[in-house]
Amino acid sequence: MQFNRKHLITLEELTADEIGLILDTAGSFKEVLERPIKKVPALRGTTICNLFYEPSTRTRLSFELAEKRLSADTINFSKATSSVTKGESLRDTAENIEAMKVDIVVMRHGSSGAHKFLSQYLDVSIVNAGDGQHAHPTQALLDMLTLKQRWGTLEGKRVTIIGDIMHSRVARSNIWGLTKMGAEVTVCGPPTMMPPEVENLGVGGIKVEYDLRKAVEGADALNILRVQLERQKNRLFPSMQEYCEIFGVTDEALDAAPLECIVMHPGPMNRGVEISQEVADGDRSVILEQVTNGVAVRMAVLFLIAGGKIDESELQ
Amino acid sequence: MIDWKDKREFWIAGARVADPESGRLRAGSVCVQKGIITEVAWQRVTGTELPVLEADGYVLAPGFVDIHTHLREPGNEEKETIKTGTAAAVAGGYTSIVCMANTDPVIDKPSVVEFILRETERSGSCRVFVTAALTRGLEGEIINEYGFLKEAGAIALSDDGNYVTNSQVMRSALEYARFLDLPVISHCEDPFLSGGTHMNEGYSSTRLGMRGSPAAAEEIAVARDIRLSQLTGSRLHIAHISTAGSVDLVKRAKKSSIPVTAEVTPHHLTMEDTLLESYDTSLKTNPPLRGRKDIDALCAGLGDGTIDCIATDHAPHNVIDKEVEFDLAPPGMIGLETAFALLNTRLVQTGTIELIDLIRLLTSNPARVLGLPGGRIVKGEKADLALLDPEAKWVVEAGNLRSKSRNTPLVGTELTGRVEGVFLEGKWINVVP
Repeated sequence: MQFNRKHLITLEELTADEIGLILDTAGSFKEVLERPIKKVPALRGTTICNLFYEPSTRTRLSFELAEKRLSADTINFSKATSSVTKGESLRDTAENIEAMKVDIVVMRHGSSGAHKFLSQYLDVSIVNAGDGQHAHPTQALLDMLTLKQRWGTLEGKRVTIIGDIMHSRVARSNIWGLTKMGAEVTVCGPPTMMPPEVENLGVGGIKVEYDLRKAVEGADALNILRVQLERQKNRLFPSMQEYCEIFGVTDEALDAAPLECIVMHPGPMNRGVEISQEVADGDRSVILEQVTNGVAVRMAVLFLIAGGKIDESELQ
Repeated sequence: MIDWKDKREFWIAGARVADPESGRLRAGSVCVQKGIITEVAWQRVTGTELPVLEADGYVLAPGFVDIHTHLREPGNEEKETIKTGTAAAVAGGYTSIVCMANTDPVIDKPSVVEFILRETERSGSCRVFVTAALTRGLEGEIINEYGFLKEAGAIALSDDGNYVTNSQVMRSALEYARFLDLPVISHCEDPFLSGGTHMNEGYSSTRLGMRGSPAAAEEIAVARDIRLSQLTGSRLHIAHISTAGSVDLVKRAKKSSIPVTAEVTPHHLTMEDTLLESYDTSLKTNPPLRGRKDIDALCAGLGDGTIDCIATDHAPHNVIDKEVEFDLAPPGMIGLETAFALLNTRLVQTGTIELIDLIRLLTSNPARVLGLPGGRIVKGEKADLALLDPEAKWVVEAGNLRSKSRNTPLVGTELTGRVEGVFLEGKWINVVP
């Protein structure tokens, strides 16, 4: 199968087959990452610009590493040290970068829809590394790769996403990706952090559960979102203490979950807030595996966007 | 190209004449002498010595009246000026417009009212009536000198763009405006509920990852102002209503004989919030585009008379302001040049309303709401008329817009219904190039 997309902006616009292809390709690249020499020549001669308008540790390093593993040339941009501070617009910034003959722009931006906006003006491929509260497709893909490697399939699996669903691009992308691949999704969090008609998101809709215990029961995996402390000024919940008590995932809360239920977190974690120390470091946690998979998934995305077909010889 | 310039005394014959007040839309002839309608005959005129302008196939309507236009001058002449805004109005069939007070400086002093009227005299293509600000600097705290403002020429009062959150200030404003017989136009929006939002709250906002403003943000504000209108007995006009709940509130207020009127914009009648998946900033408006059931309720409200008129909320913004990330873009779209064609295409051609009803909603009804002259084709009125071709198809092209701004999502869209030109006090202004 050929991957014919120019951009990766959302998972909503991908088919299940395309998502499957990315995950399979990522599986192959993951093997590369286990080798002593972790580099392939697949994107030699391709130039990628990492355009980060928002702070990031994992996603940025992960993309950069993926690019280097593929032998691409990379340049980095961060808002704080750029001409954005002089008032240069997003369009101008991106068009200037394009004029330097870049092939792919990987962008994180605080405004939902920023990538769609830019795609009207740029000829280069755009890969979404997070836009506002809208989408974070590579995060969802790496979450799905982690689950798929655990279970062999996503079909019929039950995933519960816990936390601030309203402001989470990770939740939205996971909902679209997982439901397209046949998994069942439940979201859980305080009603003030639940966006309207969230139950209609995804293919065939999802379940909404406000009782953490019920949300955890029967779940094959939990994906625990970071409480965005900076949003607390909006007073979406009365206090951290109460949030921890009601929605914090602790060993005690996990009593209701099946034994095989695994725990994910997209990071950065607030230990002792949405996830307890014991759970973060416990046997169920696959949080660091997610990080490893992140590199493989981003290699796969960049490789496919660049027009690559998986050919074992390229992996030598 | 129709060349009817320089004719001062003539008959217009062959067109279907629209008289919104009687509901007639049929073949007739209209005599214009020295800028005044001197005769209306419901047949083809014969045996006259005056020149006869042949207008077969057209509809002759009263010139449209827009009671909600942002002309941007003074202060934001890069977006629009009185010259370009009135030219855009004429291109859309309007012969009278009412400009809003949120200019820079704000229209809260008689001198600013006088400036606009003087500048209209100098460079305007149509009549301009001035809405002055309700409170000083649109800040919602101190009521303005309505007496002086009226003397300078203001015909209504509004803090459009802002809601007067302090109910006591709004009460005073309504009471004081009443004794001067000035209608108050309210922009209804609870800013605490709508703060930091960029679109309607609903499935689309959830899907697109944007904070949405709930219908309740508008309805709470509408409900309060209706109560204050009831308390004070003052005339209240609600700007750009956009939700089913607001329509219901206005309907009930009218049933209770509270002196309230309401307008709706062409875009709220025809564009759904699902369109925002394009993240096209020209679709960002305040109030935001709403959902299907709101649109249906707005159309029903037009049909049953709950909503009195259609007003454009023509809000020019230049490319630099709009060509940005969605959440950074200012709200507003231009509407003067496309209002008739858009509504004719989406409401008349689809059978939602009749052409004569649309004409009424664009002419006599808005004129009545603010007590303006015009909007009628009767003997003795000024000859402000629009000549329409309801069947002509055209494509909206950015380069052909008279407005200084291009912020409309309709660029590239084919519409049915064209304004051929207008008569302003009997003087022909050609629109179609």
